[in-house]
Amino acid sequence: MELLSGNEAISRGAYEAGVTLAAGYPGTPSTEILEDIVKYKDAIYAEWSPNEKVAFEVASAAAMSGARSLVTMKHVGLNVAADPLMTLAYIGVKGGMVVVVADDPGMHSSQNEQDSRHYARFAKVPMLEPSDSQEAKDFMLKAYELSEQFGTPVILRTETRISHSRSLVNLGNRRLANKVDFIKDQSQFVMVPMWARGRRVQLEGRLKKMQENACQSDLNRMEMNDTSFGIITSGVTYQYVKEVWPNASILKLGFVYPFPDELIRQFASKVKTILVVEQLDNFIEEHVKSLGIACQGKNYIPNIGELSPSVLSDVKAKMESTSTAQVPFKNIAEQLPGRPPVLCAGCPHRGIFHALKNHDVVVAGDIGCYSLGTFKPLSQLDIILCMGGGISMAHGIQKASNAKKVVGVIGDSTFFHSGITGLVDIVYNKGTSTIIVLDNRITGMTGHQENPGSGLTLMGESTHAISIADIGRACGVKRIFEINPYDQKHTQQIIAQEIAVDEPSLIISKAACVLHVKKPVSPQRYIDQDTCKNCRQCLKLGCPAIEAGEGKPHVNPYTCMGCTLCQQVCKFDSIHEIK
Amino acid sequence: MSNDTIVSIVIAGVGGQGILLASDITALAALNAGFDVKTNEVHGMAQRGGSVIGQIRYGKKVYSPLVKKGTAQVLAGLERIEILRYAEYLAKDGLAVVNSQMIIPVTVSMGVSKYPADAKQLLESTFPRLVYFDAGVEAAKLGNIKAANVVLLGAISNGIGLPLEAWTGAITKRVPQKFLDLNIKAFMAGRNYK
Repeated sequence: MELLSGNEAISRGAYEAGVTLAAGYPGTPSTEILEDIVKYKDAIYAEWSPNEKVAFEVASAAAMSGARSLVTMKHVGLNVAADPLMTLAYIGVKGGMVVVVADDPGMHSSQNEQDSRHYARFAKVPMLEPSDSQEAKDFMLKAYELSEQFGTPVILRTETRISHSRSLVNLGNRRLANKVDFIKDQSQFVMVPMWARGRRVQLEGRLKKMQENACQSDLNRMEMNDTSFGIITSGVTYQYVKEVWPNASILKLGFVYPFPDELIRQFASKVKTILVVEQLDNFIEEHVKSLGIACQGKNYIPNIGELSPSVLSDVKAKMESTSTAQVPFKNIAEQLPGRPPVLCAGCPHRGIFHALKNHDVVVAGDIGCYSLGTFKPLSQLDIILCMGGGISMAHGIQKASNAKKVVGVIGDSTFFHSGITGLVDIVYNKGTSTIIVLDNRITGMTGHQENPGSGLTLMGESTHAISIADIGRACGVKRIFEINPYDQKHTQQIIAQEIAVDEPSLIISKAACVLHVKKPVSPQRYIDQDTCKNCRQCLKLGCPAIEAGEGKPHVNPYTCMGCTLCQQVCKFDSIHEIK
Repeated sequence: MSNDTIVSIVIAGVGGQGILLASDITALAALNAGFDVKTNEVHGMAQRGGSVIGQIRYGKKVYSPLVKKGTAQVLAGLERIEILRYAEYLAKDGLAVVNSQMIIPVTVSMGVSKYPADAKQLLESTFPRLVYFDAGVEAAKLGNIKAANVVLLGAISNGIGLPLEAWTGAITKRVPQKFLDLNIKAFMAGRNYK
């Protein structure tokens, strides 16, 4: 027995199932699956692909060749990979393929709260949903069996509280890997209309057979108890239900799509009333009602934010018309200072945002640590939509408005993910935006994963580090500048100069993530309390290492990374190197 | 401890302070004592200096990895004021353990909010069972300020009934050999703090 996170258990499940290829793109809360799978690198080839669509296609073709493959991503990543998903459902697979998608109810680290269960119905592929780490591992093994039995990719849906909760797991041995050989069969593998029409018919037949299978599957189970009240639930929500309604009868769905209609009918015939307890949308409830079965659900259960034992206890009180339990101690958050996440002390992105403050321009941002440049005192990002959007949205604003100049800000990993096509668009369609790539040579926010620019693979091998400047040149950008964001004078000069020109420019801010390299940029600084005029200019950098209350600011020697930005903005020469 | 009793611990702190190790050692200690265990920690965005919590639950059989409000036997803070944001997790007779270390948020440095000057008093008036001390100073006395979290774990251990061997076993498994002696001493310093 080992205490594993859901993500580690998924990785272990892939290993035990005989997977030989795993691909993905980092995204909270899915990232640690591939980080963990590297420990099986003698048996499994694993890669960070540039984006989820590429990862999905790599894993798809491996499975078409007979290998068992794995692809992992966060919920919004499945939007990027939705194109191959929809058609792979037609083609199917030879070796088993599991698509792990990690939702983030409550948006702990995400830009939306989409319910990815809809993809199972949309693509007509089966979906499994584990409720703890043991199930996460066991369901992976089941998913590969189902995938090969029905010749379909299988989605395993996890979420923050499965992926990042740890519980005990029984480990097993690795199954022998499949023999891999791509056997040509155009009518299956080539989706031109003529053949796609045939596969379309087969898809419906497969779905019907899978539904019968779901009714028999031990992934779904009834726990009969008090028959006056039945609950249908799935995933981590099952765990909350067990604590809040210990006496209820439960239909726990592990095989959540296709819906096990017969099983749902059987359960309904055994209990007097039914409550569907599910996180986010009314995915199960709507289907139960479509079977003509009366049930309660979203009229009591919130469809926004994540569920928890506390939330469900309040629901229970409401249903029973009793008063909600009073907690003995109250939070006193209103008397406390806010503590939002911030750019780290020494973060190279800070220099760019500070330089942008001098300009009255619209700044389109992107997904990553640098989204923290949105907040005070930097306040530099005006719009954030999705991965890669920082470049193409800059172009959209520039074309649509009279805004003379628009700036797009994007990270290195995000640029490789889906920023390049935006840059192509700007050059091709004669845009004039200034694009700044914050190139810290690592995927930062998700916890430092390698990317095409970092010179290392997921498996730890050195590889060609792709140059963003070279990509810019190949796209036809004429004005390309590589700058050191810690050199504020030069940074300000280049940004001012490029905002002023009437053609596209690409500015690459080159400095490694300090949290990743774990080394100060230069010796730490201190503020000379005698000469400091308390003008508080240094505080406008929003650096967590510069602390101030009522009195003059000072530098926290434990957290300062010696980036020298504060020294460069100090007008009274009061900030110096600690000698 | 009766069969259906579940013990819950909530540890609050600032992203980057090392909640993961603290929750890991606590979970291992519960495992060593023969219990079922579940934990949950926040990853990603919240780790960049934001307010974060870790949750540990153990008992004969644990379902939810999340602690229900009003049920935690121990609510611990790696930073002076952080547990005040999560006070509603603590059970009526629960123990609050706070490291008095201050980490000034940027909102305070920017002048848009104030760090409570009377934090200790605020804690004392909120929590009847409070252990408030500078774990960093206790760790520094032993030669390494980095052992502060383990000092705090020692104080946390007084709020739950796990045997001492379960804790020392967990520390032995999680801490590099060359820091083992320091960390065992750090744990005992917290456990014996009066």
